[in-house]
Amino acid sequence: MDIVATLLDTLISAAFWTAVLRIATPYVLGTLGELICERAGVLNLGIEGIMTLGAMAGWMTVYQGGGLWAGVLAAAACGALFGLLHAALTVPLGLSQHVTGIGVTLLGTSLSSFVYRLVLPQASTPPTIVPFQPLPLPGALAQTPLTYSALALVGGIAYVLYRTPVGLAVRMVGENPAAAEAQGLNVTALRVGAVMAGSALMALAGSFLTLSAFNAFFFNMVNGRGWICIALVVFASWRPGKALVGALLFAVFDALQVRLQQASGGVLPYQVFLMMPYLLSILALVLVARRASYPHALMVPYRKGER
Amino acid sequence: MRLEPRADSPLSLQLIAPLGAIAAALALCAVLVAWTGAPVLRAYGLLIEGALGSRFALTETLTRATPLILTGLAAAVAFRAKLWNIGAEGQLYMGALTAVILGGGMIDLPAGLLVPLVMLAAMAVGGATLLGPAVLKVRFGVDEVVTTLLLNFVVLLLVSMLLEGPLKDPMGMGWPQSAPVISAAELPKLIARTRLHAGLAIAVGLAILLWLIDTRTIWGYENRAVGANPRAAAFAGMPVTWIMLRTALLSGGLAGLAGAAEVCGLKGYLTLDLSPGFGYSGIVVAMLAQLHPLGVVGAAVFIAAIFVGADAMSRAMPIPNYIADVMVSTSLLCMLVAGLLVRYRLRRG
Repeated sequence: MDIVATLLDTLISAAFWTAVLRIATPYVLGTLGELICERAGVLNLGIEGIMTLGAMAGWMTVYQGGGLWAGVLAAAACGALFGLLHAALTVPLGLSQHVTGIGVTLLGTSLSSFVYRLVLPQASTPPTIVPFQPLPLPGALAQTPLTYSALALVGGIAYVLYRTPVGLAVRMVGENPAAAEAQGLNVTALRVGAVMAGSALMALAGSFLTLSAFNAFFFNMVNGRGWICIALVVFASWRPGKALVGALLFAVFDALQVRLQQASGGVLPYQVFLMMPYLLSILALVLVARRASYPHALMVPYRKGER
Repeated sequence: MRLEPRADSPLSLQLIAPLGAIAAALALCAVLVAWTGAPVLRAYGLLIEGALGSRFALTETLTRATPLILTGLAAAVAFRAKLWNIGAEGQLYMGALTAVILGGGMIDLPAGLLVPLVMLAAMAVGGATLLGPAVLKVRFGVDEVVTTLLLNFVVLLLVSMLLEGPLKDPMGMGWPQSAPVISAAELPKLIARTRLHAGLAIAVGLAILLWLIDTRTIWGYENRAVGANPRAAAFAGMPVTWIMLRTALLSGGLAGLAGAAEVCGLKGYLTLDLSPGFGYSGIVVAMLAQLHPLGVVGAAVFIAAIFVGADAMSRAMPIPNYIADVMVSTSLLCMLVAGLLVRYRLRRG
């Protein structure tokens, strides 16, 4: 009974839901970014590295005296640039999306560490910046502007994907590029554009970590969030609305896990709780795998005139 | 401009491709070195000298290459069968965990029996770690890339939990590290007064063995057939599921062996920083080698030379040693393009 009471207390507390929205934000942004890439037919395993790069670039811009929104812009620009790299190798050249993505992740992660160490050779404790402050709203609504941007983007991206010609074109090159080509659409341009836009969102997810959730950059701070986003895209069956639901659900479990960890008072090692998000993602993948309806041309390179 | 498949790609081209990719990667990274303000040529000179310039440097490079050969082979055999095992890092730690548990004095056997036992057990555990994602792939159609990546984090947390709990060395001054393995579980040194150990001989021996299996046996033929076209292989009556699972066991086993060899040959005990990303670098090694088992040995030595050389370079100059990771990842991307140019030619129009 005690545990149930604690659980109920937690679930009706505003602090809990504040945490849920905060935890969900990078997952929402990252999942939307990956979703756009995959809807256009390109798996982007560069996500983990692009998030790290976004976290570093955003933080570094502010640390060097730029404004917070300048940091957000810098992160998005770096993300788009790395998206261009991934797209250039996988779309016109048709290279393995798996291996290229891993390469982009390794490059993004190592470049972030390199630049950070170059600028701050002897920083033993990471220097801090003044991050985004929560808006003066009551209860769980007291979130930073980036969280509200993420929520707005869910609607915006759903609208673009399902209600505009550009969205239809992006979905079409992910389902049947030959048919899209026959309609006079430029498959290469659409795929490259989608990957760049998606990667910019991934970098935004990373910058949320350094500009909103925390105030410093740590080397391993993304910590698998990118890979979890990839699982969330499958879980959400490539739909923005479901991506939001999935990210929120995931954040609820993550926030609960932290509170259970505190409540359990060291009965179980803390690592058991930290494993939960990863195991939960694998479980989610197993549950939906049977009825997952992948975009038909996902991971299939398209070369004009080749069948 | 368009790409046109080559009818056949000559061996010379296949050998030039990785060298060209490496040259391109080093040229690209020279921009970063120049950005730090260091003289580029001297910096690269220091890198080469630090990796290959002395007998000591050479043995250090080969020591570093040992786990990279094994994780490179792990990636190569899996990728050949289109099994995307990105979890070699986790499998490596599972093997290392097995080594400190079995080699920590729990079993009292002479070295001639204990070392093979520990190595084989580490391979079994590493293989079993990949078997999970492989079963999920063939049984439920769950993408193994994400599951193997996520398992890396789970395994590291498991190791962290054990190192702070039952496996913690009481003599470890409070650091989260395991007790050292007993001397009967240690791999012998190859050259006295260096860190080079028998793990290198095992790794090179396995590379040759895998090459022989690949080219001379039905096993190798089936593996390649499944990688090239699983449906055609199934139609030809090959047991595709079993081939996938045994590839997973082998790939995970090789990564697990890398962990055990690091523990029993080099470190002696297990910490959370046993591997500076050997599992991920193994993917680069395999790609540079174009998934060829013998090429893996050469590619691993090259990647090891970059890591060892960059350490020496960053000690002498204000260049962060993360430059090594940047060089390695750039090499991977350049190699992908070079590999394309081996298979296709550029045609105008």
